Amino acid sequence: MKQQRKAIALISGGLDSMLAAKTIMEQGIHVEGINFFTGFCVEGHTHAIREKDKAKPKRNNSLWVAEQLGIKLHIVDVIEEYKKVLINPKHGYGANMNPCLDCKIFMVNKAKQWLVENNFDFIITGEVIGQRPMSQRKWTMPIISEQSGADDLLLRPLCALNLPATLPEREGWIDREKLHSITGRSRKPQISMAKQFGFDEYSQPAGGCCFLTDKYYSAKLVDLWKARDSRDYELDDVMLLKVGRHIRPKPHFKMIVAREEGEGRFMQGYKRDYISMYCTSHTGPLVLLDGSPSAEDLYLAASITARYGQGRDAEQVDMAIMEKDGSERTIKVKPLAGEKLPEEWVI
Amino acid sequence: MTREVLNVRRLLCPLPVIRTQDKVKQMHPGDQLEVICTDPGVMQDIPAWCRINGHKVLESSSGDHEYIILLEVGS
Repeated sequence: MKQQRKAIALISGGLDSMLAAKTIMEQGIHVEGINFFTGFCVEGHTHAIREKDKAKPKRNNSLWVAEQLGIKLHIVDVIEEYKKVLINPKHGYGANMNPCLDCKIFMVNKAKQWLVENNFDFIITGEVIGQRPMSQRKWTMPIISEQSGADDLLLRPLCALNLPATLPEREGWIDREKLHSITGRSRKPQISMAKQFGFDEYSQPAGGCCFLTDKYYSAKLVDLWKARDSRDYELDDVMLLKVGRHIRPKPHFKMIVAREEGEGRFMQGYKRDYISMYCTSHTGPLVLLDGSPSAEDLYLAASITARYGQGRDAEQVDMAIMEKDGSERTIKVKPLAGEKLPEEWVI
Repeated sequence: MTREVLNVRRLLCPLPVIRTQDKVKQMHPGDQLEVICTDPGVMQDIPAWCRINGHKVLESSSGDHEYIILLEVGS
């Protein structure tokens, strides 16, 4: 009896990995999905936090894709391991703080480990030559295969015909003739293929699926590292970079100002980890302070906080300041005047 | 059959799903797990995860910015 071959597919939640998995499933291969959570994945997080996004669906796209395909999905927390990829990428960063090539090598390597532990036969990705400027180029394909340790167990069904045959093709586990030769940034071939497979709904995030490709997010990360004089981070740092206005009036402290109720509610959960403040005489946002502000700095932060509340034009407002131990005091403060904050303060 | 509680308050998806997945791996078919969350995204994600992995959502409820899902581990 012919052995049932098994493939593990990297599922990002986007269209390409969905099509790659489906292409292989069509050949009778048992496919399961794997998704890696780095902490920087663009998923429902900010939608879940912000009130203004409440109308948007909060689904996790990788889970949704797995359900459409009818396959199991294994979501793996790689937050700690991913730090070394982001902090010191061998192949450098892309346009922002995105270490795309190192990231892909890392994820394929993790998939290879999973494959060995679970007795699967090969790995599938939705990579397309020329699709992404840093990680999906003709010359990066062999680098990813080799440096991940996957070698010829790594099959890219969407562009396989432009690459040397891999083990699953050579061994006849799958029919190479039924694979594809997509190249470039056009989405037309994928959209056409989606139609053939009957997928009329799919996710195509414009900037990919990672916050690190976002220049504003990257600027906040770089600022965090610079202020702490250390290229390190915890998950809470990463999450808080996704919410609020970030203002650094002085090098040794930063303010995170909630932009609306949902963010304020989310930030409430951090009141034991950061000094926080909010206006008690007028409606206004919750603000977290990261760093080590002096008494004078707290007054400055309070006057900035007052600008973002209903008391911005008042002579004076009452501002409650809560320490990490829960102790609270109220100070009177004059809202900071002026049309705009100094540009260099805004991260 | 055992019933356990998993507190994943403050975590945002997919972390509640990952913690649920890791907890369920240590449990047995028929066991029940109550997952307590604050991210409304779990109301979609945990049932989806259960459907694709053969587990069953027995109850789900929400109130006061908390979301509770009771699931039964499948075989």
